[in-house]
Amino acid sequence: MKVLVTGASGLLGREVAALLVRRGHAVATFQRRPSRVDGAEDRCGSLTDDAAVRDAVRDMAAVVHLAAKVSFTGRAADFDEVNVQGTRRLLDAAREAGVRDLVYVSSPSVANTGAAIAGQGAEPADPGHAHGNYARTKARAELLALAADAQDFRTTAVRPHVVWGPGDTQLVERVLERAARGRLPLLDAGAALIDTTFIDNAAAAIVVALDRMGHVHGKALVVTNGEPRPVGELLAGICAAGGVPAPSWSVPGRLARSAGSVVERAWLRFGRQEEPPMTAFLAEQLSTAHWFDQRETRRLLDWTPEVSLDEGLARLAGYYQPGSTAGPRRT
Amino acid sequence: MTAAWPGVDAEWSRRIEVPSTAAADPAGTVRRWHVLDNGPQLERLGLAPAGTLLCVHGNPTWSYLWRSFLAAGTDPVHPWRVVAVDQLDMGFSERTGVFRRLADRIRDLGDLTDALGLHGPVVTAGHDWGGVISLGWALAHQHQLAGVVLTNTAVHQPGSSRIPAALRLALHPAVHKWGTTTSDAFLRVTHSLASPPLPADIRDAYMAPYRGASRREGVGNFVADIPVDASHPSHPELARVAEGLRGLDVPVLMLWGPRDPIFSDRYLKDLIQRIPAAKVHRYEGAGHLLAEDRDIAPAVFDWLTANIAGSGAGTDGTGAAGSAGTQGTGQGHPVPAAQDPFRPLWALLGELSAGPSGTGTAISEMAPDGSAGRSLTWAELEKNVADVSAGLAGMGVGSGSRVSLMVPPGVDLTVALYACLRLGAVVVVADAGLGTRGLSRAVKGATPDVLVGIDRALAAARALGWAARLVSVHDLPAARRRILGVETSLTALARAGARSGHRTADGPDPDQPAAVLFTSGSTGPAKGVVYTHRQLAAMRDTVAETFGIHPGDRLVAGFAPFALLGPALGAVSVTPAMDVTAPRTLTARALARAAAAVDATVVFASPAALRNVLATQDGLTTGDAAALSRVELLLSAGAPVPEPLLAGVQRMLPRASLHTPYGMTEALPVTDISLEQIRAAGTGNVAGAGNGVCVGLPVHGARVAILPLAADGTVPGDGNSPGAEPVTAPCVTGEILVSAPHVKDSYDRLWLTQQASAATAGWHRTGDVGHFDAEGRLWVEGRLAHIVTAPGSVVTPVGPEQAIESLDSVRMAAVVGVGPVGTQAVVAVVETVPAVRKAGPADPHLAARVRAAAAAAGVSVAAVLVVPAQPTDIRHNAKIDRTRLSLWAAKVLAGGRPGTP
Repeated sequence: MKVLVTGASGLLGREVAALLVRRGHAVATFQRRPSRVDGAEDRCGSLTDDAAVRDAVRDMAAVVHLAAKVSFTGRAADFDEVNVQGTRRLLDAAREAGVRDLVYVSSPSVANTGAAIAGQGAEPADPGHAHGNYARTKARAELLALAADAQDFRTTAVRPHVVWGPGDTQLVERVLERAARGRLPLLDAGAALIDTTFIDNAAAAIVVALDRMGHVHGKALVVTNGEPRPVGELLAGICAAGGVPAPSWSVPGRLARSAGSVVERAWLRFGRQEEPPMTAFLAEQLSTAHWFDQRETRRLLDWTPEVSLDEGLARLAGYYQPGSTAGPRRT
Repeated sequence: MTAAWPGVDAEWSRRIEVPSTAAADPAGTVRRWHVLDNGPQLERLGLAPAGTLLCVHGNPTWSYLWRSFLAAGTDPVHPWRVVAVDQLDMGFSERTGVFRRLADRIRDLGDLTDALGLHGPVVTAGHDWGGVISLGWALAHQHQLAGVVLTNTAVHQPGSSRIPAALRLALHPAVHKWGTTTSDAFLRVTHSLASPPLPADIRDAYMAPYRGASRREGVGNFVADIPVDASHPSHPELARVAEGLRGLDVPVLMLWGPRDPIFSDRYLKDLIQRIPAAKVHRYEGAGHLLAEDRDIAPAVFDWLTANIAGSGAGTDGTGAAGSAGTQGTGQGHPVPAAQDPFRPLWALLGELSAGPSGTGTAISEMAPDGSAGRSLTWAELEKNVADVSAGLAGMGVGSGSRVSLMVPPGVDLTVALYACLRLGAVVVVADAGLGTRGLSRAVKGATPDVLVGIDRALAAARALGWAARLVSVHDLPAARRRILGVETSLTALARAGARSGHRTADGPDPDQPAAVLFTSGSTGPAKGVVYTHRQLAAMRDTVAETFGIHPGDRLVAGFAPFALLGPALGAVSVTPAMDVTAPRTLTARALARAAAAVDATVVFASPAALRNVLATQDGLTTGDAAALSRVELLLSAGAPVPEPLLAGVQRMLPRASLHTPYGMTEALPVTDISLEQIRAAGTGNVAGAGNGVCVGLPVHGARVAILPLAADGTVPGDGNSPGAEPVTAPCVTGEILVSAPHVKDSYDRLWLTQQASAATAGWHRTGDVGHFDAEGRLWVEGRLAHIVTAPGSVVTPVGPEQAIESLDSVRMAAVVGVGPVGTQAVVAVVETVPAVRKAGPADPHLAARVRAAAAAAGVSVAAVLVVPAQPTDIRHNAKIDRTRLSLWAAKVLAGGRPGTP
C-alpha cells in the first residue's frame, strides 16, 4: 500500500515512516526538509502550499498526518495557518486524489480544559476550551478531520500522550538540559499522575490504526503506555537514564503556573526565539494528572503496547550510554 | 404548568371534583382537588397495576414529594398505580377558607378515594403530618388496606416530653402567623433541611403552590392543628389513630432520615413499639425530606414486590417475619433440624453458684496499682444479677426494653449485662472505640430506654442529648445526681431488688432480641447488630467447643466482647488493669498480675494490646514470668495478628497455644488458626495458598463459602442469579459467606442493609473477600468495598499489602485505587520506618522497591505515596480507612496539595 506520512522529520513521524517501510509499505514523506527515512521517498513542501500538498497525496492509498506547528509559544496566526488550514488543505487534496484512509495524529490536549484527567477516555475535541494555540488549533483540525469521515474516505484521530524515547528533543532533551542546569522544579512535589507513550508504542498504534480503519474510523483514540506514574518519578527516571541528577526542589503548582504565564508573556514581548524556561502549558502538564482509560483504545485497535515504561527507560539509558552508537552527539 | 415541576410527567397531573363529607364543610359542598396519578398512563400503556399506592404529603410540601414513586410505579417491571394527593388548602388543591382539623383531613382523604373509586389493594405512604392522615385513612379502610409506608412522621407525643423546639417556635403566637402564612419562612426553612441542598428548580417547584400569603393559609392552619397537648381539639383523633395502629396487621415499612429536628428517632421508636413487626431502615445522614435526600423509591418497590400479595413474587425471599422490635428476618440459616435444648447464656451461673464452687471466685478485677481489686464468688454474682434484675424490673424495665450499657468491662458491667439479659431486656453495647461522634450516632439510633453508665457516659448523655432514663453505677451525691439527671444507681437497684425479692420465673423467649452490638465503623457509620438469646448462647457454645474453654478455666479478659463470655463459659474471669476500650494500654506487668491473681489458663487480648505487652515486657519480674508461663491458651481477635508479633508473644507465654480467630461483629468467630498453622500456611506448596491472610478453618458449628466475584470485581445482588452459587472449591475469589447458629439475627433498624446481607438465602454475606486453598483453609483478601478494579484485573488489597509490608522500611501498607471503576490506577500508600514528617509521593528509590514487591505479588502499582501514619479505626487501631485513603490519594495524584489523609 502507498502511504504518505506528513511531518516525518519529527521524532514520531520518522518512527511511523520507518515502521511502515519495515512492514513493506511504499512510503512517501512530506515536510519542509527531507526526512531521510531509509526506504522512503521524500516529497518536500509546506502544508501552506496548495500545489505541494496536491503533489504529495497523488497516488496514495492512505495518509498519516503528523505535520504540525508544535511549540509551547508562538503567534496564533502561524498555528492557524499550519495546523488548521494545512489540515484542511490536506483533507481536500487527499479526498480529491482518491485516498481511502487518513489517520490524523492528534493530542489529548485537544480535549483538555486544564482540569486533572484521571482515567477518562477520549473526550470530544474542544477548541473553545483547549489551552494555548497548539492545542486549540490541533482541536479544530481534529474536528475537521473527523467530520470528513465517509464511506470512501475514512478518517480517524489518534492522540498519543506525551511521546518520548531516544532522540526525543521535545521532552527528554528539555528535561535533561534543565535538570543539568538545576532549573527543573518538581511541581507539587511531583505527585501528579501522568501517563506517557514510549515512541515505539505510539508509532505502532498509529500504524495499527491504519489496519483497523474499519473499527476506528470516525473516532478519536487516546494512546498511552497505560502505565501512569507520578511525574516526579517519571522525570527522575528520565534523568537517571540520561545520567544527570534528578530535580530535588519543589514549588507549588499554582505558583509555577502563574509564574509560567508571566515568563511566557515576557518572552513573547521581547521576541525571544528559544523556549522560555517554564511556560504555563508545561507547568500545567507537569502539575495536574493526565492519565487515560485505555480499554476502548485497546479493544478497537486489538493491540497492547509492546514496550513497557521500564523497558523504555532502559532503552533510553542505553541511548545515553557513553559510547553508544545511536546516542546523541553531546559537547 | 407541569413543565415547571422537574421530574413530573404532565400526564400525571389531574384535577377532580369531590363531594365533601368533612364536618368542617356544609353538606353538599364539592371540593376541587389536584392529584398526581399515573393510573391513566398505566391504562394507556396497557400495564396492569398490582395495586394502588396512596401517597400523602405533610406540611408544607405537596404531591411533588412523591414524583419518584410515580415514575417507579410506571416502570413495566413493577407497575403500581400511584396516587399522590394535594391535600385541601395545600399544593394545587382548592383553598377552602375553612380551618380543617385532623379528623376533617382524614375524612377528606376518604372522600377523595371514594371519588377516585380505587379498586384492589391499597398501600398508604405518608410523610410528616401526612403520615398521621394516611394512617387515619388506613384504619378506616382496612378491607382495602394491603400495607403501610411511613417516612419521618409521628403519631404520639410522649406525655413526659415536650414537642420539638422548632415546632414550639413555629407555634409561638408571636411567630406563628408571620412565620407560616404572612411570610414563606416556614417553607424556606423546611426546604433548607434537604441534604444535599435542593437544586434551585426543585426548590421552585416546592414553592410554586404557595406563592402569596393567601395561598399559604393551609400551611399556617396545619401548624396550628398540631396537638401539642391533651387539651387540643385534634388530640382525641390523634390518640385514636395512635392506638389503632396496635391492631394493624398489614406489612409496614418505615423509612427514616434521622437528621430531622422535628421527627426525631424518639418518634420512630414510638412507632416501632406500636408496630413491632415493621421493617425499619434509617438512612444515616439523611434528614426530614428523606425522599429528596435519598432515592427511596427502589426500596419501597422492592418491599412492595416482596410483601404485598398480587405484586408478583409474593414472598420475602429471606424467610420468616421479623422478631419483635428488630426487623429481624430470621436468617433461615441451614441450621441442623435437631437443635440442642436451649441453655440461656447465664445457665452456668446458676449451676455453679448452687454447687460446690459457689464460694469460689467467679469474677474479679485488678486495681490500677496492680493489686487485686473487687471480686465476687459465683454465689455472690448470681445473687447480684438476680437483685439488679429485680431492681430493673421495679423501675419498669422488661422484655424488649433497651438498656445501653456504658460501663467498662469488670464486675459492674458483668452484673448489669446478665441482669438485663435475664429480664429479657435488650442490651445495647456501644463502646468508646467508635469515637464520640460515632458513639453518639449509635446510641441515638438505638434509642435505649435506660442508660447505665459511668460518670463520663452520663455527662455525655446529657451533653449529646441521648434521650434515656439514666442510671449511674454507684450511688452519687444528690447534687451530682440532679446535675446529670440521674434517676438511680445499680447499687440502689440491687438494694431495691434484694428487698423486693422479686425473681423472674421464666426466662425470655430464646428467639427474642438479646443484644445490639456495634460494628467498628471502619467501613461507614457503625451498624447495630442484633443477636437473639439463642444466638448469644450459640456464640458461647462455639467458643467453648472450638477452644475448649470450660468450667474450671481461669481467664484474663483483656478484650471486650469475649470478656463478657467468662461467666457464661463457667470460667473464672479477671479484668486486667487497663482501659479496655483503648487496647494499647495493656502492659506486660498488668497482664502478668491479672494472670497471677487467678492462676490464669486463658488470655483474651486484642492485637493492639499484645503489641504493647511486648513493648513493655522488660518490666516483668520472675514471678510475673512464672504466672504467664502457666497460660495454656491465648486468643487474639479483632484484626489479623502478624506472625512476628505472635512469635514474640509465644516467648512470653511459652506453654500457650496461640490462636487468632477471624470473625466480625455479625459472626464471632468464623474461623480459627493457631501460630503453628500460620507458620505452616506460609510453607509447603498448597494450591491457592497465598494472596491474603490465612485465617484457618471454620470454627465449631460454622460453615463458610465463597460467592464468586464477577469479572468486574462485583458480586451479583442475590445468590439466586445464574453463576452466583456459593462455592467451597479452592482458588475461587469472592465474597466470604458464613452460616452458623451464632450468626447475628439482623441489623438494627437497617432493613435494606439486612436484606443485602441476607440476599444469598441461608448465608450471611460478610462484605469480606477471600478464597479457600486446597486444604480448605480460608484466605482473607480484604473488603469487598476496597477492591481495586484495574484495567483487565481485579486487585484485592491484602496480598500486595503483605508483600509490601515485607520490606523492612515499611510498617503498614494500604493498596487503594484511584480513577473510574474498571480502569483504576493502583496506588500503594505506605507508613514507613522511620515515619516521614510530611505526606506525599515516595522517593523514587522507595517507590521502585514497593513497586517491585507488589509486582512479585502480581500487582502493578502506578504510584507510591508515603504518610506519617495510616488512618486507622479507634477500636482496633488496625483497620485502615482505605475509602478515605483512596479519596486522599486521588486528590494528591491529581496534582493537589498532599496535606494529611
